[in-house]
This record gives sequence, structure tokens and C-alpha cells, in this order.
Amino acid sequence: MNAEANTSCAEAMSDLALLYRESGIAEVFEKLDRELVGLAPVKSRIREIAALLLVDKARRAVGLAASAPSLHMSFTGNPGTGKTTVAMRMADILHRLGYTRSNHVIAVTRDDLVGQYIGHTAPKTKEVLKKAMGGVLFIDEAYYLYRPENERDYGQESIEILLQVMENQRDDLVVILAGYKNRMETFFRSNPGMASRVAHHIDFPDYSEAELLEIARLIAAQTDYRFDEAGLAAMRDYIAHRLAQPHFANARSIRNALDRARLRQAQRLFMNADKQSAPDKEALMTITAGDIRASRVFRGGLDGERKQESS
Amino acid sequence: MMTNTNQRLTQGQFSFLPDLTDAQITKQLQYALRQGWAVGIEYTDDPHPRNTYWEMFGNPMFDLRDPAGILLEINNCRKTFASHYVRVTAFDATRGVESPKMSYLVNRPANEPGFGLVRQEVDGRNIRYTIHSYATDKGEGERY
Repeated sequence: MNAEANTSCAEAMSDLALLYRESGIAEVFEKLDRELVGLAPVKSRIREIAALLLVDKARRAVGLAASAPSLHMSFTGNPGTGKTTVAMRMADILHRLGYTRSNHVIAVTRDDLVGQYIGHTAPKTKEVLKKAMGGVLFIDEAYYLYRPENERDYGQESIEILLQVMENQRDDLVVILAGYKNRMETFFRSNPGMASRVAHHIDFPDYSEAELLEIARLIAAQTDYRFDEAGLAAMRDYIAHRLAQPHFANARSIRNALDRARLRQAQRLFMNADKQSAPDKEALMTITAGDIRASRVFRGGLDGERKQESS
Repeated sequence: MMTNTNQRLTQGQFSFLPDLTDAQITKQLQYALRQGWAVGIEYTDDPHPRNTYWEMFGNPMFDLRDPAGILLEINNCRKTFASHYVRVTAFDATRGVESPKMSYLVNRPANEPGFGLVRQEVDGRNIRYTIHSYATDKGEGERY
């Protein structure tokens, strides 16, 4: 009896392993790990969700009760923490597990959903919903849909249509709402209907300094650039300085910093062009300490001058 | 001789077949979307063969990836115009104009009286023939 149960258990396990291999989500996880630095809690939540969906699929295969899971999600976190990128990967995972028919993501904001006059909102929202059918609808800064200060705001109409489709066409569409954590919480508090239909809340933590440096290296490597030793140290200093300044947008700030460093590197190579022979491949690829240390971040950023005066 | 076989309108694709099911319509829509065609829904209560331009139900749907959205609109149209003819048309824009590439009925009235042949005597004993839809003898909205 016990042995029998064990064999059927082993069969189920192998089935699960087979399902896992067949779905090819291992590939997506690998890509997720390779392309996204840090975000450990997010990655583990995604793995949990994927595991649940996989097990649901296996349960259905052997005839056990498996309710159609609600897949709508909310991604909260500061800007530049990878919400959009993770949404794309999520669409991949859902597609590979067979929960969506396509892996496309339609990213929209309030402007794409809410109209400007009476009767404009419904067709506009429906058009976006139709475009997103079969895939994932990613609503960035979703809390802007709800404007409590204006009771005649058309955002409410849009939310109602959204809710209706989220409920009735769960097989056709997965909605991901994204935005700052505290504002999303207010949004969900004032729209209980929305809160109850979103099953998975994933919070994106800010990156640590070490992770940001790793991100900088990764972005540079993707565009065939690299730091020399002093350059890397300068980048580390840069991150430490930048973190203390306002409007820090995590990975996005790092990418912008690198873009500016590339500008300075190009300028440096160009200015030296007549003094020395043509730069070799190494020189074209390398970002040095000087390219980074020229940034105004080291002089206190935008309002550095004012600070210097007061101190 | 019966010219209106089975009392059914035969216009567009698949019109000699039994009515398409939603699953079959979905497949056809999928094909159209895969070709990159935009799909529009039209309805009428005057199905004369020369009546090319039917009323549009909403706008033609561009940039769609999945038939579910179109099926939703088809069902909306069926609900609103339950006793009208509803057809789905797929438009191909490759040649710079939106030219119809597919067109088929997805809804028809329960009772289709069909068309009658009208003979008009002109110029002595000459006869001109035209067809006339019995349904259009009634006013708009009472036809089916």
C-alpha cells in the first residue's frame, strides 16, 4: 500500500519535472537571473507563482480540482527597480505555461485609458483592452486612474471597465498594475474591488550599492564597454555620491550616468585624436576614471552650489 | 424553382455551410490577424447584394494580437442587433488602401424571406430584371 503510494508519488514528481522541462520556463528563469541583478524577493515570488501554476497544470492533468487561478498582479517599487522588465519576463513565463496565448505586453498609462470628454473613455479603454487580449496589460502608475479630488473624473469609468474585463475574461487577459508602493496602497484602499481581484502583490526593493555597481558593469558589457580598474572605483564612488542625492531612480540613473560617461569618453578620444594615432579597440571600449569623475554628481549634484554656499 | 435555397442568404465566405461556431470564428480571426489584417464588424437589415456598405459596429480594430477582443465585439453586436445580418471583414493595407480580404456572416435573422425577381416592362415589350429584398418592404427596424 505504502509502496504503491510512493510509486504514484514518484510518477507525479517525474510528471512535474517533465512539465517543467517542456514548458521551457527554466530558460526564462535563467534569463531573469542573468539580466536582473539582485531583486531576490521578486525572483523568489515569481518562482513561487510559476511553481503554483505548474502544479495547477499537473493537477488538472490527473483530474484533480484546479480552479482557474487569478493571475492579476501588482508590482510596487521605486522607479528604476525593474518593474517593466519583470513584467515582460512574467508574460514570457505565463505564455510558456499556457496561461496566456501570446507573450506580448501592452504598456499603458492613464493617458491611454482615460478619455477627455464624456463618452470618450469607454471606447478608449476597450480598445486598449482589445489590443492586450491574449497577453499582458501593464498599467504603469495605475494610481493616477483614480483621482479622489475630482468626483467627475473619467478615471473611475475606466476602472469599472477594467474590473469587468479582469473578472469576466480572466482567460484572455492578465493585468499588471505598477507604481510607487505607498500610492498603490492608497489606490487599492480606495478601490476595494480592484484590491480583491489582484492576487499577487510583489514589492520591488531598492538596489544596494554593490548591486548597482554590478548593474553598471552589466549595462556596460551589453553595449561592449568596460571599466578599467580606476574607472570601476570611480563608478563605486559615483554610486555612493548619487545615492545621497535626490531623484535617484536606481538602475535608470545608472544607465543615464553611463550614457553621459560614454559621451565624455567619446569627447576625450576625439580631443586626443590629432595628438596621437587612431585609438585601438581597447581604447574605444574602455571607460576610465576621468570619464566618470567629471560628473557633476561629485560636486554635489544639481543643487551642489547652493549647499556649498550654506556650509 | 426555389432560388432562395434553405431560405438562407448566401453572401461572403462560408455562406453555404452551417453557421460558424464561436470556435470556428476564432480560428478565422486568428488567421486574419496572423496575416496582419485589421478586422471590422458591420451590420445591416438590407442585405441586397449591391448594398456594399453596411453600417460599421465601432471602429475597425487595428493592432490587435488576439481574436478574443474581436469576438467580444462580435457578441456585443449580436446582442445589440440580434435580428440583423452581421458580418466580419478583414482588411489588408499592403496596397495602401484597406482592401477587404475576407468577409463572412456571423449572425443572421431567424427568418430570411430572401429576394424576389422584379420584371419591369420598358420600351415596348423589352423587360428589365432586378432583384428585390422582400424584407425591405417594411420600414427600418421592422424588417426582420
